[in-house]
Amino acid sequence: MKRIKKQFIRSTAVLLSLLTALPLGGCTSSGRGINGQVIVYNWGEYIDPETIRLFEEESGIKVIYDEFETNESMYPKVESGAVAYDIACPSDYMISRMIENGMLAEIDYEKIPNAKKNIGAQYYEQSRGFDPENKYAVPYCWGTVGILYNKTMVDEPITRWEQLWDEKYADNILMQDSVRDAFMVAEKRNGDSMNTLDPEKLTAAKNLLIEQKPLVQAYVVDQVRDKMIGGEAAIGVIYSGEAIYTQKENPDLVYVIPEEGTNVWIDSWVILKNAPNKENAEKFIDFMCRADIALMNFDYITYSTPNVAARELIEDETVKNSEIAFPDLSQYSNLETYVYLGEEGDSLYNELWKEVKAY
Amino acid sequence: MTSKNKWLSVPYLFWSVVFIIIPLGMILYYGLTDKTGAFTLDNIIAITTAGHAKALRLSLLLSLVSTLVCFLLAYPLAMILARIQVKRHNFIILIFILPMWMNFLLRTLAWQTLLEKNGVINHILAFFHLPALKIINTPAAIILGMVYNFLPFMVLPLYNALSKIDINVINAAHDLGADNFYTFVRIILPLSIPGIISGITMVFIPALTTFVISSLLGGGKLLLIGDVIEQEFTRTSNWHLGSGLSMVLMVFILINMVLSAIFDKDGEGSML
Repeated sequence: MKRIKKQFIRSTAVLLSLLTALPLGGCTSSGRGINGQVIVYNWGEYIDPETIRLFEEESGIKVIYDEFETNESMYPKVESGAVAYDIACPSDYMISRMIENGMLAEIDYEKIPNAKKNIGAQYYEQSRGFDPENKYAVPYCWGTVGILYNKTMVDEPITRWEQLWDEKYADNILMQDSVRDAFMVAEKRNGDSMNTLDPEKLTAAKNLLIEQKPLVQAYVVDQVRDKMIGGEAAIGVIYSGEAIYTQKENPDLVYVIPEEGTNVWIDSWVILKNAPNKENAEKFIDFMCRADIALMNFDYITYSTPNVAARELIEDETVKNSEIAFPDLSQYSNLETYVYLGEEGDSLYNELWKEVKAY
Repeated sequence: MTSKNKWLSVPYLFWSVVFIIIPLGMILYYGLTDKTGAFTLDNIIAITTAGHAKALRLSLLLSLVSTLVCFLLAYPLAMILARIQVKRHNFIILIFILPMWMNFLLRTLAWQTLLEKNGVINHILAFFHLPALKIINTPAAIILGMVYNFLPFMVLPLYNALSKIDINVINAAHDLGADNFYTFVRIILPLSIPGIISGITMVFIPALTTFVISSLLGGGKLLLIGDVIEQEFTRTSNWHLGSGLSMVLMVFILINMVLSAIFDKDGEGSML
C-alpha cells in the first residue's frame, strides 16, 4: 500500500510540475549547463560556494543546489520524490534508513577515483556501522556533538552533560532542536546508550528533558552558533565543526567533549537510486573528494574532513594538529554513532520528543 | 452569464482545482487513512492526546488574545482614519500597509533580533539604566509577533466598514440628543459589526494556524498546533497524522466562517 501512496504523490507531483513546466518549456533548456545538470541536496552552510562555481566551470555541469536543516526534514522530501535529487549528504543513521528502504544507488568507485585515494581508510572503517560493505556512502565531514561554553559566563569549566541541568545556568542554555541530539544528551547523562529502545530508559530521558526545559533558553539548530558568538547564552549543545569558527569570532568560547561520552557522526555523499543525472553525480562527488577542493571546503565550513590528502595540505600547523578539528578519539570513552532505530523506534522517539516540546 | 464571461473564468477554475480542490482532497485522503491505506479516524482522535490538546489550547488562547489586542488597537485607529480628511488618510493607510511589502519571515526574524537578551531594545534600555525586557521565548513574544504581523488585517476591514457610515446618520443621532458615548454604542458600533467580524476572521485564522511566529519568537519551547502539524510533515514524515490534525483545525476555521457569514450577511466588511 505504501507504493500506492508514493505513486499518488508522485503522479500528483508530476502533474503539478508538468503544469508549471508548460509555460516555461522554452527557457528550461537554457538554464542547463552544456553537459547537463546535477541536483544536490546538502545541509545548510555546508559547502564553500566557490567550489560549486569551480565545478560548474570545469565540468560544464550546472549545479542545482538545495539545503536542509535536519536529517529528519531531508528524508520526507527525498522520499516523496517531489524533487528528483541526484545527491544528498545525510548522516550515518539516516543513511542506514535510506539503504534499508532501497533509496540509494551503489557507488561505482571506478568513476570516483578520488574517493578511495584521498579519504582515510579509518573513515570507511567507521562507516561500516551504517553501510556495512561501504557500498553507498562517501564520507564528506565528520565530528562530534559537544558543549560550547562562554568562559566569561560560567564560574567553572563545563566538562559534563550533567551541568546542563544546573539551575545556575537557567535561561542560559541552548539545546539542539532535533530529536536524536536532544535525547542523546539526556541518555548519555544517564549513562545509557543513545540508541536505546528500552522504554524505561527512554522515559527517564524524557523526564530529564522535561525537567531541563525551564532552564533552556531556546531549542535551536543552526542558530546556536550565532547566539553563542553574540553572548546570548552561556552554554550550547553544538556540532564540533562549528567550534573552530565560533572560537575565531569569539575567543571566550570553549568546546568540550563531555565526560559522559557523546555522538561521533559522519555525513556522507550518497547517490539516490532514482538520480536522473547519475554520471554527473559521480563527477560531482569525485570533484568534492579532490584534495584542494576538500581543503577549500574545510577552510570555509571548518567541519573535520576525512580527506587525509586535504589535511596534509593545511598550512597552519595549529589547525592541522587541532584537537577540535582532528581529535584523537581513542582517548574518549562512551563514544557512539547513531543507529537507525526502525520505523517504530523512530516514531517512539518522535512521540516522546513531542511530549517534551509540548510540556 | 454570457459565454464570453464563462471563458474568462477558466483560469480561476483551473487555479481552484489545482491549488485548492486537489490539495484539500489529498488532506482528506491522508487524514482519514493510516499507513496501510485503510480507513481510520485515529488521526483525528489524536487531537485528544495530552500533547496535541495542550498545543491546541495554547494556540486558541494565544490567537484569541492577539485578536483581542489587535481589535483594541485597530478600532480607535480605524475611527480616526475614517474621519480624517481624504488627502491624509491615504498616506496613513500606506504607512500601515508599508511593512507588508517586506517579507513576513524577515519581519519576524527582525523581532527576534530586537527582543533578544543582548538585542537592540535591551541595549537601549540598558543605556537609560532601565530594567531589561525579558519576553523573548515566552508567550508574550509570540503574541507580540502575531499582533505586529496581523494588525493591518484588522485595521483595513474596520476602516472599510467605518468609512461607509454616513456622517448624516451620526449627526442625526446628535440632533436627537444622543451624546458621543451613546452614539458610539448605539450607532457606530452596530454599523461596524461586519468589519469587526471580518477583521476578527482575518486575524484569528492566521494566528491560530501559524508556526513560523511561534518557532522564531518562542525559541522552540512553546508548541502550537501549527508547529505540531508542520513537524508531522517535515520531520517525522507522518503525513496522515498531520492531515488529520489539519482537519481538526479546519473545524475551528469553519466555525469562524459560519459566524462571520451570520453577522456579515451583505459581505460589507470583506476586504477592501
